[in-house]
Amino acid sequence: MIKIVKRDEPSRAIFFLTPVLAIFLTLVAGGLIFYILGFKPFEALKFFFIVPIADKYGFSELLLKATPLCLIAIGLSFCFKSNNWNIGAEGQLTFGAIVSGGVALLFYEQEGFYILPIVILAGAIGGMLYASIPAILKTYFNTNEILVSLMLVYVSKLILDYLVVGPWSNPEGFNFPETRQFSDSARLPLLFEGLRIHAGIFLALAAVVISWFIFYKTYLGFQMKVSGFSLKTAKYAGYKGKKMIILVFLISGACAGLAGVGEITGPIGQLHREVSPDYGFTAIIVAFLGRLHPVGIIFASLVVAITYLGAETAQIFMQIPKYTGQVFQGMILFFLLASDYLLFFKFKFIGSKK
Amino acid sequence: MIIDINFVGLIIASIMASAVPLILASCGELITERSGVLNLGVEGMMIIGAISGFALMTVTGSLIIAVFGAMLAGVLISTIFAFLTQTLITNHVATGLALTIFGIGISAMIGKNFVGIPGKEFPVLFESLKDTIPLLSPILFGHSVVFYFAFALPFTTSYFLKKTKIGLIVRAVGDSPESASNQGINVKLVRYACILYGGAMCGLAGAYLSMIYTPQWIENMTGGRGWIALALVVFSTWNPIKILIGAMIFGGLTIIQFHMQAIGVRIPVQFLTALPYIVTIIVLVVISRDSRKIRLSTPSSLGKSFYKDN
Repeated sequence: MIKIVKRDEPSRAIFFLTPVLAIFLTLVAGGLIFYILGFKPFEALKFFFIVPIADKYGFSELLLKATPLCLIAIGLSFCFKSNNWNIGAEGQLTFGAIVSGGVALLFYEQEGFYILPIVILAGAIGGMLYASIPAILKTYFNTNEILVSLMLVYVSKLILDYLVVGPWSNPEGFNFPETRQFSDSARLPLLFEGLRIHAGIFLALAAVVISWFIFYKTYLGFQMKVSGFSLKTAKYAGYKGKKMIILVFLISGACAGLAGVGEITGPIGQLHREVSPDYGFTAIIVAFLGRLHPVGIIFASLVVAITYLGAETAQIFMQIPKYTGQVFQGMILFFLLASDYLLFFKFKFIGSKK
Repeated sequence: MIIDINFVGLIIASIMASAVPLILASCGELITERSGVLNLGVEGMMIIGAISGFALMTVTGSLIIAVFGAMLAGVLISTIFAFLTQTLITNHVATGLALTIFGIGISAMIGKNFVGIPGKEFPVLFESLKDTIPLLSPILFGHSVVFYFAFALPFTTSYFLKKTKIGLIVRAVGDSPESASNQGINVKLVRYACILYGGAMCGLAGAYLSMIYTPQWIENMTGGRGWIALALVVFSTWNPIKILIGAMIFGGLTIIQFHMQAIGVRIPVQFLTALPYIVTIIVLVVISRDSRKIRLSTPSSLGKSFYKDN
């Protein structure tokens, strides 16, 4: 007989093994879905997960997609660790893109080494401003940050839409919903000739290092950890709860804003309606899959980035709808949460006498 | 300017029609939350209901199968959430988000073959009475059965929670699962039932959108209504009757956009579209400011997992 027993304390080894288990289960379930849809499961999975990254160009695309995911997820981990449910990173990304895009347009047809840093800074500030709304409403008006941050996503996309259709649209653009192209000085440099991977990846790596330092080497990181475990304990210890809420939202907003800058000054080069294929939402999954650990998030962002590429490849080669990517993302999170059960419980075999 | 009184009636009726999906989803979620479970997957369950209803209607040709099938689809998808949060004790917020992401993906996948297919006409009730009473006739008559069901739902939900024994059990489980469990109530079972009921109502709300309100399948056609429905539950301070008021306000905001554009008011269309979201935030701020009142009306165990060692 098998009995389920609660563990005395969560298992450390399983904590980092369950994400791997979750990815494996997602592949199995994905294969099953492909089979039901009438595709050969192994072939479909190959087109989804291997073919897209088989060459140099594919690998560059993988890093290109993983960069914003990693950056946003790092920011979100500050919020999630301290029990703040910021799920509006997509809005903070969009607003960061709007502000930095606006600044980049001010420098239209101007060149200079100082332009790019200003544009990048503007994006971070934009993201922070937008994230400060749910943070301030939560701290001073007791308003649910989940709903506010989410509503602001819709608002940010409509602001962007208004700007690119109306006042910021390219005067020589035949009424296409897009702005002028940014000048070269406002673009992130490409790393290799012929590949789209750009210098934004260094922003993501810097975020990884800085966040690791804050989490594990500073008093602030310790405070966040305690607040995440128990708000009551944090209060008892005298931590300034309100300040911390605002701080983690600002960090998170800055990261999302930077991801927005990376998109528009990297591969896109202008503002248009679709600055992000829901990176802000997908990054929530990345943050969880990476266990809110900076190094874990690097791996998780690569895994989840494949679902974007795989969906595109599978659509081209097998006419598998591209939304399969989202289905995979949802499944990864389901399986991850489910396998967390093993963290807190263990199966005990009883009655089997030797 | 002469205002046709029947035109006013028609506008009110159109506001009510756009309030229907919000009422259905909010009332369903309200029961779920009253049992102590926070299911953020409303948007995902609605979109699954929308595609299931539309697909079943196209394939079987039967409206009854389609409507009940959509509700069943909502139940099935919410079973995933129930199993994870209740049996595997996962975090409610994260699981709900996964449900929404998964639901949007699956619906688009299934819906690929249903884009551009015209919908069917959904029968309306009391059509012959439509011209009898000025002002009131367009409001009262000539609507689908789902419409009437939706407007009765807040009242039946209120009665259920306040006056029936099962309603009392649901509230007890939400307010204090420990004491309910000590009284011999199966907390897990009650919460399962409330989650599945919420799923059924969200499924119906989605089916209303794709089969009656705008009879066609468009990707992402719920467009954030699920999230507004969640906000409405907070707005109502977990009181079903107030959901009715909230849903009418948001229905009104949606309808105003169309009429403002028609009159030619010079406000950017994007601003009008953003209005419901902005108003939701403002309303949430006003309601939540009084933290004492919120604490009194929120189900005490909302969003917290309950685990009983056996």
